[in-house]
Amino acid sequence: MAEKTYSQAINEALEEEMLRDDKVYILGEDVGAFGGCFGVTTGLFDKFGGERVIDSSLSETAIVGSCVGAAVAGLRPVPEIMFADFLGVCLDELFNQGAKIRYMFGGKAKVPMTLRLACGGGFSGAAQHSQSLEAWVCHVPGLKVVMPSTAADAKGLLKAAIRDDNPVVFLEHKGLYGVMGEVPEGEYTIPLGKADIKREGKDVTIFAYSSMLHTALAAAETLAQQGIEAEVVDPRTLVPFDKETLYKSIEKTGKLLIVHEAVKQGGFGGEVAAMVAEEAFDFLDAPIKRIGAPFAPIPFSAKLEGAYIPDEAKIVAAVKSFF
Amino acid sequence: MALKKEQMLDLYRKMRTIREFEETVAKFFSQGEIPGFVHLYIGEEAVATGACAHLEKQDYIASTHRGHGHAIARGASINKMMAEIFGRSDGLCKGKGGSMHIADMELGFLGANGIVGAGLPLAVGAGFAAKYMKTNGVAVCFFGDASSNRGTFHESLNMASVQKLPVVFINENNGYGISMSFKRHSNITDIADRAAAYGMPGIVVDGNDVMAVYEAAEEAIKRARAGGGPILIECKTYRQHGHFEGDACTYRTDEELNAWKAKDPLPRFSQRLQEMKIATEAEIKQIDTEVTKVITDAVEYAHNSPEPELSELTTDVYCD
Repeated sequence: MAEKTYSQAINEALEEEMLRDDKVYILGEDVGAFGGCFGVTTGLFDKFGGERVIDSSLSETAIVGSCVGAAVAGLRPVPEIMFADFLGVCLDELFNQGAKIRYMFGGKAKVPMTLRLACGGGFSGAAQHSQSLEAWVCHVPGLKVVMPSTAADAKGLLKAAIRDDNPVVFLEHKGLYGVMGEVPEGEYTIPLGKADIKREGKDVTIFAYSSMLHTALAAAETLAQQGIEAEVVDPRTLVPFDKETLYKSIEKTGKLLIVHEAVKQGGFGGEVAAMVAEEAFDFLDAPIKRIGAPFAPIPFSAKLEGAYIPDEAKIVAAVKSFF
Repeated sequence: MALKKEQMLDLYRKMRTIREFEETVAKFFSQGEIPGFVHLYIGEEAVATGACAHLEKQDYIASTHRGHGHAIARGASINKMMAEIFGRSDGLCKGKGGSMHIADMELGFLGANGIVGAGLPLAVGAGFAAKYMKTNGVAVCFFGDASSNRGTFHESLNMASVQKLPVVFINENNGYGISMSFKRHSNITDIADRAAAYGMPGIVVDGNDVMAVYEAAEEAIKRARAGGGPILIECKTYRQHGHFEGDACTYRTDEELNAWKAKDPLPRFSQRLQEMKIATEAEIKQIDTEVTKVITDAVEYAHNSPEPELSELTTDVYCD
């Protein structure tokens, strides 16, 4: 084990997969010598050169679209879109082309592309540079969606995503890039579609992912001091979704709180809540609770943004209201 | 013109196959047997035929919603195409794509596309892959006049040019985007003029003259294959049917339609073959008869093919 940042872990995953398979390449804006706007691809241009770590013109549509085409033609592209908020300008390429080509062509094509995007707020990035849009892509059959919360998960999941023959949307929370974590030494991958219990407990299940995983863990510590033992379930992959781990946890605790940074209304948490209500209702002792951001664009003011993003206090209060 | 007789006749046969295929689809569509939308290539046969004649095994094509002509020119199975359009399980896409998503990966046919302009970035990607993997391949991208106003056109030509990719962009300017004539949707005369904006050559060709398309495409594809970079060929042509089958075409006049019918690529080429004594009228008629049989057989194949099993609803969403 070694301590690495989330960003370093992703960088290692990219390097390892590019060494392992010469069909893997990176295309994005400023990803080459500049190392990417968040520095995630630092050093890769020096190691692999400009034919495999390619700086693109400012053309998200062509970045994603050309990677879909290249994937169908036999390569394994790993495009980078700087901000998840830019999904709008390359959405057709992702959801109408990349996601559907295999099905529309009767299974005779595959799109082994891994699309990396930086999501999340908390830095006064304001409305168009801070969003969490996982709900959009979770609604598209044909895509897989991964949202790692720790450095170890990010590395293992990215390696698995790159090896996956399906189009994977890999959402990296930009606030986590500098967060250190224990990362296993040597070669490892983490299978897509497997949740992880980040903290065991018997009194309540907190389902949380990405940045909110850390907030939930902090809240769990506070709750423990007040005699409530929370079990924190991190799905890691949103699509395909690991129901088994979550249902098993709810069976044990009888109470579910869902937390995500994304807007609550229409958010992925609603899908999880509906799933549990339909299929695991008998395990519940109380109605399901959800925490998410208010139904508003993300404000610029630090004070407003601070109130916008779900925090530890909100999680603690929600859990306590179960008892 | 160094083409042998067989090659010339083959060009004619291809165009004739496309024409009869499309007319047959029109017939069955009007009888209510074909679900959804069909967008027919009647009148534009020379473009796909002239261009695809130069494709090699490792090459790719990106197509449009009006893709039957491209598929046939590329050599797709007529039987399996017909079955696909009828939504049957023996179709090229197992009945799950239909007319607008007809595809054949074995032929590098990246599919017809339901999103206008979406083929351009896909072709850039295929061209990128060819360069990356050193396959000596090219990507040919068919796209229409209306789609040249989409951002995908701009981004794709720019990216292909900046990265010097082996992509040949073939614009099928058939004068309309549904009801919008070229004059109304673009403020220029030739789409080929847009090529200069991206640092690549742009040429205009008579899209109803299969030999003109053949020659222009030959040079462009050779150049791209040799590493000379992308190029834009604008083929002036015309769609004789509506945008979709059922389109009342209220936006154009019979005079205009008839003027273009007088330049129909098929009789034009067949007359030329006869004038140049490359083929006799009897030989042309013989080809027509053979093509009719191929199409009739395809309809029978489609009719005999079962509909997909219900289980197919949720297969092929993901690779395992």
